[in-house]
Amino acid sequence: MLKLSEYGRIGECVWHEVLPNGLKLFVVPKPGYKKSMAFFAVNYGGADRRFDTGEGWVDTPAGVAHFLEHKMFDVEGAENAMMTLSGRGASANAFTSTDMTAYHFESTDMFSENLELLLKFVSTPYFTQESVEKERGIIAQEIKMVEDDPDTAVYYGLLRCLYREDPVRDPVAGTVESIQDIDSQVLYMCHRAFYTPSNMVLVVVGDQDPARVRETAVEVLPDYNAPAAERDYGAPEKEAPENLHASSNMEVSAPIFMAGIKTGESRKGQDSLKFQYTASLALSILMGSSSPLYNNLYSQGLINDTFGFDIESTAGVSYLTFGGESRNPEQVCLRVLDEAERLITTGLDPDLFIRRKKAFYGRELRGFNSFDSVCYNIAVAAFDGYDYFKSSEIIESVTSEDVRGFLAKYMRPELLAISSVNEIER
Amino acid sequence: MQEVYNKEIMPGVELTCIHTLKFKTGCLSMTLLVELDKKTASMNAMLPDVLRRGTARFPNMESLAAELDDMYGARIVPALRKKGEIQCLGFYADFPDDAFLPGREKVLERTAGLMGEMLLSPATSGGRLRPEYVDTERENLISDIKAEINDKRVYASRRLVELMFKGERYGINTMGSLQEAEKITVHSLTKHYKELLATSPMRVFYCGAAKHDYVERVVREALSGLPRAAVRPVPETHVPDSDSTAQARYVTERMDVGQGKLVMGYRLGEAMRRPDHAALMVFNAVYGGAVTSKLFANVRERLSLCYYASSSVDRLKGAMFVSSGIEFSKYQEAMDEIERQLEAVKNGEISKSELEGAKKAVVNALYSALDEPGGLESLYLDKSILGLSIEPEDLAAMAALVTAEQVSGIASHAKLDTVYFLTGEERDA
Repeated sequence: MLKLSEYGRIGECVWHEVLPNGLKLFVVPKPGYKKSMAFFAVNYGGADRRFDTGEGWVDTPAGVAHFLEHKMFDVEGAENAMMTLSGRGASANAFTSTDMTAYHFESTDMFSENLELLLKFVSTPYFTQESVEKERGIIAQEIKMVEDDPDTAVYYGLLRCLYREDPVRDPVAGTVESIQDIDSQVLYMCHRAFYTPSNMVLVVVGDQDPARVRETAVEVLPDYNAPAAERDYGAPEKEAPENLHASSNMEVSAPIFMAGIKTGESRKGQDSLKFQYTASLALSILMGSSSPLYNNLYSQGLINDTFGFDIESTAGVSYLTFGGESRNPEQVCLRVLDEAERLITTGLDPDLFIRRKKAFYGRELRGFNSFDSVCYNIAVAAFDGYDYFKSSEIIESVTSEDVRGFLAKYMRPELLAISSVNEIER
Repeated sequence: MQEVYNKEIMPGVELTCIHTLKFKTGCLSMTLLVELDKKTASMNAMLPDVLRRGTARFPNMESLAAELDDMYGARIVPALRKKGEIQCLGFYADFPDDAFLPGREKVLERTAGLMGEMLLSPATSGGRLRPEYVDTERENLISDIKAEINDKRVYASRRLVELMFKGERYGINTMGSLQEAEKITVHSLTKHYKELLATSPMRVFYCGAAKHDYVERVVREALSGLPRAAVRPVPETHVPDSDSTAQARYVTERMDVGQGKLVMGYRLGEAMRRPDHAALMVFNAVYGGAVTSKLFANVRERLSLCYYASSSVDRLKGAMFVSSGIEFSKYQEAMDEIERQLEAVKNGEISKSELEGAKKAVVNALYSALDEPGGLESLYLDKSILGLSIEPEDLAAMAALVTAEQVSGIASHAKLDTVYFLTGEERDA
């Protein structure tokens, strides 16, 4: 039975149910909107390379989840689903991250037909060796495009410093070499292992009838409830980074850097959300645009408006990052660590803490305007086992001591690694 | 349909208000419209960045950021855009709607007030913009101009525009040039800033839950210190007639990259005499602007030449750009195919499904933009600059009626002007 949860404070409500086949279904009503969005996601991504098929453990090539994403749009005896959806005016796309593959469309017309097609093509694998071959060329170009991007290079440079062998080190799309080993057999095997309703989430946002969405999902999707394959990311790695520095040279106008620190294993349930907010608040109080440190570094020209920070929690691991353009990344890192030390010793400015919490509340509220962000966040929350709509309450519950505790635990010099991309010297 | 209110509230200041209860946040923008000019482009580009460094009341970024945090994370960001040959500069804000905040916060009023302060009462010393702010932001602008090289796709497009429109205002980079940026002084920027406030037409846009009379009042109040002199008209974008005898130019440049970037620039010539905006949008979607387009279906899907191949049309300048990322060795093959597909559109080889898909994509994009505050803001700024009297919903209705003949009619005027190819370094074998 579909159940309605209402969240008066933020003016939102959501219909939700776990179907007998294990699919987690969410429908967020948005009266007055012309467009509707459907988002169908699998808890399977670039890091899920080693898993148990039921007949033993297998290792799959880097980039296979992303390759599968490209090929799922093929439909037996009909045109590519991307074409059909686009032909109806829908704007359809898909993406693969470290721990998720998602297929989605947004449309202002023919929503039910589009939803039916989305559910059908994602749950029905159909590959031929010929079509796999053809896709290899397109994906190779996508990989090369991304490899020319300095921000991606500096990011994977950092992950390779932080981790010794964890699969998060490898780019989600793999490399031109690693995708050579992917064939239709491998793709079928991965689909069977992970694309099972109990490992998936369907989110619909828009002015749609929840009962009808449910009916379509029940009709189209398989009715059996089977668990996804068990996966293995390897043994937990040590607290300190594998390497302290990495650097490379590319066609960039100014050196960029990204520094990072491992923050333990990824958390589950409501803890996961609380940890995310604690970390985000801590980092924003330490080096966000309203912090004294940010303003000093900015005025001194050590950072510019490309400076940013993030906390990531994915595929069994979590880590924090910060960086941007800078002529002197070491100096920026030292100043960040010094400021963290000061905050740990003297405590946080209580006014700044309260203001940052207000700002976070506003930011969460803003997130509800964006269908993309609502869908994505609901899917992440469903996979991690918490209620996304409770985010404003969780923000409220974070204390100044939580934030200080986070800083004391993680902002330590021996845990920090720095990756940089510098200009090519001529 | 949304409730739209439009009025000139002060000399040369036009306010557009859209009243809607759909969104959780309100959006407010203030934009000055200035003719793109080599001499002033860099000053215009950096001005919003200097102004948001501090106001008389909040003299540094830290105190400004604290005020914004206190307004539940309202954001006021510098906005710099190019629309045809007009440089649009100013601020864009979004902020939580009062309905979802504890107590009566008056965040719209505070945001408008703060944006007005940024525009009209910046932090100064000795009557001029603060030298330390001008210095850092000049350096930031210089590094931003240099940073265009970091995204090769963007870089290749900028290079094409520079080459193709050399001698026209359209060829001027929105950020100006290194040479001009380096020359900026506190004195020149302050003088230019005062002149802009006195003479540039301004567009103010709001969408959200507030009623237009209230919005008008808070915006008037926020801009009450605007020192208006004789306001200039909105600058026009020059669309030259196409020269039928001119040959296309081909430019190749080398860099240490793994993927080649091909950008081709076309002029739409006579199709721009009395531009049919709905047909231009559908033409672009048929040719390369949508997934159902000829470029996507052929260059990517049929020949696997690339990950992306798409077209875009600038309806102000009457220009079309095709952009693709390819293997170095596929330059000729990709270019030939891109040309062949345009020929097909010219010859009216447009299937029913291609036309329908394109029309639906245009309609969907227009309707979807109406569901996003940022989309609405951009649509209405375009509408105002293009001088269009029709609402986006009507434009969508017109797009749905465009015929294959109209589409091939536009294609027949498209003339290749310049081809730019960014390729890898020559290496020793």
